[in-house]
Amino acid sequence: MINGVPVQEHYRDASHQFASAKEGIWLFMATEILMFGGLFVGYLIFHMKYPEMFAEGAQFLDWRLGFINTLVLIFSSLTMALGIYFCQINQPKKAVGALAVTILCGAIFMVIKYFEYTHKFHMGIFPGRMLDLEMLNHHLHEMGKPAIVSTNLGMYFGFYFCMSGLHGIHVILGMCMISWCLYRCMRGDFNPNYYTAVEGVGIFWHIIDLVWIFLFPLLYLVG
Amino acid sequence: MAHAAHGSNYLNAEKGLWSWLTSLDHKRIGILYFISVMSFFLLGGIAALLLRGELFAYNAVDALGKTTGQLLPSADAYNQILTYHGAIMVFMVIIPGIPAILGNIFLPLQIGAKDVAFPKLNLASWYCLMAGASLAMFTMFSTKVDTGWTFYTPYSIKSGTAVTTMVLAAFITGMSSILTGLNFIVTVHKLRCPGMTMWRMPLFVWALYSTAIIQVLATPILAITLLLLAMERTFGVGIFDPKLGGDPVLFQHFFWFYSHPAVYIMILPAMGVISELITTFSKKTIFGYTAIAYSSLGIAAVSFFVWGHHMFVSGQSEFAGIVFSFLTMLVGVPTAIKMFNWVATMYKGSIEFASPMLFALGFLFLFAIGGVTGIMLAVIPVDVHFHDTYFVVAHFHYVMVGGTLMAIMGGFYYWFPKMFGKMYSEFWARMSWVFIFVGFNVTFFPQFILGAMGMPRRYFNYIPAYEPLNRISTMGSWLIAIGFLMALYTIINGLISGAKAPKNPWGSKTLEWEADSPPSVHNFDHEPVVTAGPYEYK
Ligand SMILES: [Cu+2]
Repeated sequence: MINGVPVQEHYRDASHQFASAKEGIWLFMATEILMFGGLFVGYLIFHMKYPEMFAEGAQFLDWRLGFINTLVLIFSSLTMALGIYFCQINQPKKAVGALAVTILCGAIFMVIKYFEYTHKFHMGIFPGRMLDLEMLNHHLHEMGKPAIVSTNLGMYFGFYFCMSGLHGIHVILGMCMISWCLYRCMRGDFNPNYYTAVEGVGIFWHIIDLVWIFLFPLLYLVG
Repeated sequence: MAHAAHGSNYLNAEKGLWSWLTSLDHKRIGILYFISVMSFFLLGGIAALLLRGELFAYNAVDALGKTTGQLLPSADAYNQILTYHGAIMVFMVIIPGIPAILGNIFLPLQIGAKDVAFPKLNLASWYCLMAGASLAMFTMFSTKVDTGWTFYTPYSIKSGTAVTTMVLAAFITGMSSILTGLNFIVTVHKLRCPGMTMWRMPLFVWALYSTAIIQVLATPILAITLLLLAMERTFGVGIFDPKLGGDPVLFQHFFWFYSHPAVYIMILPAMGVISELITTFSKKTIFGYTAIAYSSLGIAAVSFFVWGHHMFVSGQSEFAGIVFSFLTMLVGVPTAIKMFNWVATMYKGSIEFASPMLFALGFLFLFAIGGVTGIMLAVIPVDVHFHDTYFVVAHFHYVMVGGTLMAIMGGFYYWFPKMFGKMYSEFWARMSWVFIFVGFNVTFFPQFILGAMGMPRRYFNYIPAYEPLNRISTMGSWLIAIGFLMALYTIINGLISGAKAPKNPWGSKTLEWEADSPPSVHNFDHEPVVTAGPYEYK
């Protein structure tokens, strides 16, 4: 312990340890971005190949729900940043509050996603080969809308479920990690000299929000 | 912190299995990796011997309808064993091999650090490897997989075997690789001791650093590729499925975008080991230190732009083929820079033919053949002929086994005294080299000829004309097996009854030799201060 900071013995001091941890987190985030990058590249390739199909698929997504979720996540990024800030100025109680709001935002996001997903399942929309075209056309017919034109609409929803699903898993992971920070914050682990965990989880959360900011137009607003 | 008693070192500081399984000491974690990777190597090696055994004789059906010359129960069994051999050797032996064993132990020592940047993460990455390996072993022994280690679509989607779990196992071992790479990058950036500037780092560290960059940048692409394949199999998402307008070739693009750089994850650390061995046993300052360091980074950079050379016959455009062909040949430049620098280092040096040096010389010889045949394969018309033949098999075994495995063995003999504080029997170490080196050439050189004759790879049987060379090849595999058994004997014998090792038995100049043999828990008694480059022999 140096000035209330648990410094591991292979580091010179707290700032040395903090800088190293932060670099590690950024490197890890680079791997996350590259992993999503693979999906984005696949999306771009097939969007170029089948623009009409992507446009037809996107009409089944409710952009208003996507937009609300975007706002929710942007707001949660703000509260996350506040959580770090309150740790820095030694106001752990406020930090706990900010982190709690962040978790709540994550939960709202997931609940909205849940309703979006179940609505699609109800319509017969599943990824890829599992898409039930008959059921979907039946629903469209009842709503007085024209039947599906694309023969490979399943692929769009393959991308939709893979991309938003992988993102959703990360949101859940983020919520777990923020809860862990919240617990440690309540325990009084953090102080202006030591808040590495909050900072690291914060970086993770911002990047996950950023990924959503790209996903939203690509999935909801395309076409 | 209380100072450990005299004679205490990282091996005996704590006792009991539990102290090993929970150890955060980078040296102990290196030993954990050593034991597990060598066990995987044994399994992968047995698979290889079975494959070669099957290919020993041409399978004929005689007049009575009886099959002769068949060793394995069926062609399906051959496909499975082939998959296991490839997947084990690539994902569990050669990729983690040098970085996770030798790198873990010697990277911090060579830069004068007390540990890697994130010791807990280091242990976690070992557990990741073990989890992935356990899942893979469970899949192999409880069900079966027959796609080969590349999991090519569309077959991997259609195959009724347990591809999904195998793919998830590879995903988890990939996590391990990413975490190790990340740890090493931060360690190199942040934990160098006073005076250890980047340009005073030993070349092994430079090689590990370049490797770590590839691990961090390329492995995520493998992760998403394997995830998509798993999704394709479970939900039929359609991205690789032509029925939904998807593209099976896209899988190859994704796969090789990782797996070509992965080739350099396998070979760059080996080149780092060779730099250490050549300079130590030539008793001469390394020639072209900066050039070797930069060429590691150069190889790492170019490696991301050559993946298309695996797909010359997969229907990519002619133009793409030409570009990939050119870029692939470009890899030859930094590689040759290393080769020439090593040779120049030996020139007028006082060369000592100790067993590590023998392995280093073996590396130079075999890697030259592997590298040059690689350039041959980068030439499109040649590749069209050699594609999917034994020529390719021989080429990458010359690089991966002739290169990486020789370096692992050489590096292991070199650092054995430091790791365990014991000397091994030089005679048996040299004998193991003779058998591995000779056996390797006997096994794989005929495969170049077989490939040129048109023998396709991955087949269970062949036409009678290929039989003589296949017999020679299989006999070579027995020599290799004997060589590795001798190496195992050398190690065990050294551990049990080896003489006590001095601090610096080879007269090396790098920092790890200033620590005790074996090093204390904290590596150095006092933090070292570096005032000169790593190889200043007078
Ligand atoms: Cu390649």
